[in-house]
Amino acid sequence: MSTPEADVLPPVTPAGKMIQTLVGIAMLSGFLVVLTYQLTKPIIAENQRRAIEAAVFKVIPDASIRKDFIVSDEGLNPVTEASPAEGILIYAGYSREGELKGIAAKAAAQGYADMIHILYGYDPSCECIRGMKVLKLAETPGLGDKIITDANFVANFDALDARLSTDGTTLANEIVTVKAGTKQNPWEIDAISGATISAKAVGKAINQSAKHLLPDLLPHLEKLKQPPELPEPHEVADD
Amino acid sequence: MGTETLSFIFLNAVLANNFVLALFLGLCPFLGVSGKLNTALPMGLATVFVMLVSSVCAYLINLVLVAFEIEFLRLIAYIAVIASAVQLVEMALKKFTPGLFRSLGIYLPLITTNCAILGLALFQTFKEYDFLQSLIYALGAGTGFVLAIVLMAGLREKLELSTMPSITQGAAVSLILGGLLSLSFMGFAGLGG
Amino acid sequence: MTKENPTLNWETFTEGLWRENPVFVMLLGMCPVLAVTNSAINALAMGLATTFVLLASSTLISLLRHNIPKQVRIATYIVIIATFVTIVDYVIQAISLDLYNALGAFIQLIVANCMILGRAEAYASRNRPLKSVVNGLGMGLGFTIALLCLGVVREILGAGTLFGLDLFGPRFEPWVVMLLPPGGFLVLGAWLLLFEWLKQRKERTDMETAAETQ
Repeated sequence: MSTPEADVLPPVTPAGKMIQTLVGIAMLSGFLVVLTYQLTKPIIAENQRRAIEAAVFKVIPDASIRKDFIVSDEGLNPVTEASPAEGILIYAGYSREGELKGIAAKAAAQGYADMIHILYGYDPSCECIRGMKVLKLAETPGLGDKIITDANFVANFDALDARLSTDGTTLANEIVTVKAGTKQNPWEIDAISGATISAKAVGKAINQSAKHLLPDLLPHLEKLKQPPELPEPHEVADD
Repeated sequence: MGTETLSFIFLNAVLANNFVLALFLGLCPFLGVSGKLNTALPMGLATVFVMLVSSVCAYLINLVLVAFEIEFLRLIAYIAVIASAVQLVEMALKKFTPGLFRSLGIYLPLITTNCAILGLALFQTFKEYDFLQSLIYALGAGTGFVLAIVLMAGLREKLELSTMPSITQGAAVSLILGGLLSLSFMGFAGLGG
Repeated sequence: MTKENPTLNWETFTEGLWRENPVFVMLLGMCPVLAVTNSAINALAMGLATTFVLLASSTLISLLRHNIPKQVRIATYIVIIATFVTIVDYVIQAISLDLYNALGAFIQLIVANCMILGRAEAYASRNRPLKSVVNGLGMGLGFTIALLCLGVVREILGAGTLFGLDLFGPRFEPWVVMLLPPGGFLVLGAWLLLFEWLKQRKERTDMETAAETQ
């Protein structure tokens, strides 16, 4: 660092003392950070669990028990220590009696200002999407955030068609956002006029995610339908 | 998240999500060094260089942090890397262009506390960019920073020649200019995507 | 390097509030000032978090001031500040995930806040702990008040609410631009114009009273 005093030779500090100070400070820092981390880790995990569970139960109507799975090349597996690293995390929602009510998955797409993150709920009994919740957005307040508040837009997701094509490799009809008021098919999303980009992003996000997830997931539907162990209401998700 | 194209990342960082005018990063030098074009430009370029170096180092360090599951040390590691990169630049400038080194003065070591550089490292980590994406992002962020600071310097130099109400002296006029620039850059939103 | 001035007085506390207010006078730590003041509660949380880091790091640096060799002092200060910022980051996550998401990366960016490093170099490294703490408290409070000035104005004009409470009812058409980046610049610019105007008015009245008494 340059200082005016550098022109006048300062008394030379032995290198040992400098290293000693730096190492001492590093150890003190490390200790404090690790201590805080250990103390707050369980609280943070609990907060995150509660947040994701609230979102999952909102997009899967009638669900009160949650179990997490990973869909990967190795098929469908519950989330455990030995879960494969690469895969799509899904949250399965069951009623109190253990009946599968739907699965929820995250999706994201570029909106107006930044990525929009959502959670959507898919109900296999109607082969449709029954709920959508915005997890994170940075859109224009009052305009882009209408995707949360506009009742008509939210109603799009009460029964959004997400059937698979006959060969089961992709969606029968691409989920797409159309101009406000021109929705004609159950797989279309009516945009919000004035917030088209944000609305389109939601459509893109769901379409992308469903296209890839559902064909891989649905062959394992029977496994999903097995009721979870009822006395343990939920398991912690490794987000 | 590999869904963004490189050109989108670059344009987004320069225009739509300009680090200074949209994300509010790098304001201290933006307000402090933008008085004269011939100090603003070298300052901007020095910052871009530090950004590129820091971006690469931050990416590599993050790989190590994740491998050992010590992510809680990320902030300390990043700021240490940035401070070292700045030290390097300082020494290089002092040796090769001492005149410039002297005219930048105290603002050179202050690049360490330039939120734009730390912000860049943190954002590229949160967005989970790979190596090439991070590099392009850093290039875009730096270009955006230089663009903003040069625009501001040009405007301020022009303003010095006109009469302004006396209450606007000091930082007030820079901030209002910044606000107007920011407003105009909002027009770029949605570009490239 | 100035000799240590051991006196602790009221001024040690107040200089951070007004005369050397870090935001309005010294223009330090600007990034969070404009970024997280789009609502009053975010502004308050950021102010408190920054004050905590300022106090903790000033105290530690002041305690260790005779043991830190000059050549490595900046590096040491930065590591200490980064430590406390990391701590604050985890604590806020534990307290409220919503608040954490609202403040985003700017919590970690507290480490780049020139105010904290500046205070460490100019004050904490040259004064005893009690004095550093008091000064830090004043600076932190001044910073928080400045953030609130911005946050309150931006929230009222931009959303019609204050701390989340609706003020004007549904027919109020908010100035959304106040919540966006340009609004931040313009509101701070407006505050600075106001202060400059007040200052000049005071100088004029002072001159007039001085002229009258002659």
